[in-house]
Amino acid sequence: MDFLKLMRQSPLSARIGLAIVLLNLLAALLAPVIAPYGETEIVADVWLSASWDHPLGTDHLGRDLFTRVMYGARNTITIAFVTTLLSFIIGSMMGFMAAATGGWADLIISRIVDILMAFPTLIFALMALSVVGTSVMSLIGVIAVLDSTRVFRLSRAVAMDITVMEFVEAARLRGEGILWVMRKEILPNAMPPLVAEFGLRFCFVFLFIASLSFLGLGIQPPTADWGGMVRENAGAITFGIMTPLWPAGAIALLTVGVNLIVDWFLKIASGLKD
Amino acid sequence: MLLRDTPPMTHLLEMKNIVIEGFSSEEEKWMPIIKSLDLTLDKGEIIGLIGESGAGKSTLGLASMSYTRGGCRISSGSIVFDGMELFGKPNAVLREIRGVRIAYVAQSAAASFNPAYRLLKQYVETPIQHGLMKFAEAEEKAVDIYKRLLLPDPEGIGYRYPHQVSGGQLQRAMVAMAMACTPDIIVFDEPTTALDVTTQIEVLAAIKKITREFNTAAIYITHDLAVVAQLADRIMVLKNGNLVEENNARQMLANPKEAYTRKLLSVRTLTEDRVLSDAEDDVVLEIDNVSASYTGKASEKVLEDINLVVRRSRTVALVGESGSGKSTLARVITGLLPPLSGKILYDGKVLPPALKARERENLRIMQMIYQMPDTALNPRQKVRDIIGRPLSFYFQMNGSDQEKRIRELLEMIELSPKKYIDRFPGEMSGGEKQRICIARALAAKPELIICDEVTSALDQLVAEGILKLLQDLQNELQVSYLFITHDLATVKAIADEIVVMLQGRIVEQGPKKKVLDPPYHEYTDLLLSSVPEMDPDWLDTVLKIRKEKGIGLTHDR
Repeated sequence: MDFLKLMRQSPLSARIGLAIVLLNLLAALLAPVIAPYGETEIVADVWLSASWDHPLGTDHLGRDLFTRVMYGARNTITIAFVTTLLSFIIGSMMGFMAAATGGWADLIISRIVDILMAFPTLIFALMALSVVGTSVMSLIGVIAVLDSTRVFRLSRAVAMDITVMEFVEAARLRGEGILWVMRKEILPNAMPPLVAEFGLRFCFVFLFIASLSFLGLGIQPPTADWGGMVRENAGAITFGIMTPLWPAGAIALLTVGVNLIVDWFLKIASGLKD
Repeated sequence: MLLRDTPPMTHLLEMKNIVIEGFSSEEEKWMPIIKSLDLTLDKGEIIGLIGESGAGKSTLGLASMSYTRGGCRISSGSIVFDGMELFGKPNAVLREIRGVRIAYVAQSAAASFNPAYRLLKQYVETPIQHGLMKFAEAEEKAVDIYKRLLLPDPEGIGYRYPHQVSGGQLQRAMVAMAMACTPDIIVFDEPTTALDVTTQIEVLAAIKKITREFNTAAIYITHDLAVVAQLADRIMVLKNGNLVEENNARQMLANPKEAYTRKLLSVRTLTEDRVLSDAEDDVVLEIDNVSASYTGKASEKVLEDINLVVRRSRTVALVGESGSGKSTLARVITGLLPPLSGKILYDGKVLPPALKARERENLRIMQMIYQMPDTALNPRQKVRDIIGRPLSFYFQMNGSDQEKRIRELLEMIELSPKKYIDRFPGEMSGGEKQRICIARALAAKPELIICDEVTSALDQLVAEGILKLLQDLQNELQVSYLFITHDLATVKAIADEIVVMLQGRIVEQGPKKKVLDPPYHEYTDLLLSSVPEMDPDWLDTVLKIRKEKGIGLTHDR
């Protein structure tokens, strides 16, 4: 199997990355099964330190932190993943379209993207979210659109290099429509850089959601979310209590894990040359 | 130049039992590229390495300075240069030799020069880096060498950027760079392969002149026996990392011993003479007074007043140097570049000028085959999908019908359907890929195929096979070809009619016999006489004739 061979050749860093991501995915998938308590269940006193009953202690309302971190993985990762996927669908479609048609279409799409990118992302997101509200759907929508501008730039650049290849010209001479050219000729060849970028973008989106939650405009309580959990428990740090460091550590760990895999993938995608 | 006393019986360069391996990532082990070869070179001697791509010519040439490309290694052998063993020496020692005493000239000068620096700055880098010369001294020498290489404006050309000189001039500038430190050996790696015949002859003349004047030894790598015949004293024929034959150049050409050498010598003998009846007016494609420009301005025309006719199941060859507008004409015909004025008629009916306005049927009957099969095939599609798409697109042929037809087409292009139908382009050789391109064109059941330099990226033996295939297909399917090429040998082989283009205009056209037999048009004569012949005296003879006639070597624009 190709996959097995690939795994066998993978460097240690990539394996560590994979292990981290797998661990997070398992936590996210099995949260309702493994977690000792309910997501929003108040089980003990506030800000207890770690004990056998509460492996990571409790938070500012007396909820079990270990349980909350697991549910947080579930919520944060799912939302970040869906958002990134959406931003890639929008961004790469627009990018391929701009590259494949060129001319006016390219000019118009590119200028719209430039306008969107002219505003600092966080401020733009705060503004948009305060207009459309802070439901999970609007959160996903707003971040996906903002993030798709970055994807657009990459996929347009990649597709530009592909559209000048003769096999694309051959398809055009055959009379193929733009959708076929985008889907069958450009997309498969643009895949490696896009997949690598997906990993990277996922981290950014994930951190972005965490920071929005920290600012209070992200995932709303009582839903568990790592960024929100850091904010809720931020006060504890002044008392020397570890609590906010656990969700913060989870964010850091997953980001590092995904990046290790992305680095490995980039190396493979760049053509196996050392 | 230093004169060294070399004791008798020692060679300037002596490579013994060289084994070079390359790492195959598929099989995860080192595979041999060069299998125990010897090479000796004396002072002032030029040795030609010839063979098809993959024969290990470049690898062996580079090994002369104990260098290998990434992913390769010299695993054993000895490389003695001027009494010094180079194999296994650290890079610091080798750096003192590379570029100074053994220099390298790469195939594509355009890709090898840094576009951001002027030629002179790149020229002086080696001598200054090695502390051999000061800038002023190096510049003086550069002008001298530019002069010797017959470059125009030798004092000023060093201050131009690479994009400001022509391809042939750039290649000569690279030869000049190699000469900068007056090396003992220069490795020429296919220096003329990317050039037109008319430019090639200039570069060949320049290389011959300068290596003689400086008594420089050279390793000349090429796949073209006729080119190497002009320069080399001795020729080594390589195949798959093994030596096939080694002999004095004249003897080898006159009397090749091995069958493989004979095969290489006999390429370009494919000809087909069909009797063309005058009563043929079964015109397929007619180009009527077409002019075109990329900018849309009438003052910047790249094609002017082109009139051209292609008849059914006949081959029209479109000949000219690069930049003469051949490929632009193909773009106009296919509709990628709508013409400024003029008409394109197919079967007597005017075709819409732009691709988008043409009907599917118009597109189907006219197919195209490209120069580079690597870029003409989508690397992420299997042969099945590549050939299958025109079938489903034009004929709504799907499922088992499609599969059957794909297999038929693969049979036609002489590739085993079982073996190839599920391969990706990356899993095939250049010649096989070009055959797949032909199958893709044939799948549309076209009446006219435009072949844009289809053989120039291929080895001669492979190219020969492709031309033969195209000829057979024409006889079988009655398809017409518009054959764009700068290679006159190809033209001689397959054309029925010839159109000669120069700077966007047609300078001569007519049946092959008429164009290729005297009296020639002046430009046709220049093109024809620039095609290297197997005769080792060909270059000198041609240069002499041209000098007498007063045709300048440098007809650079």
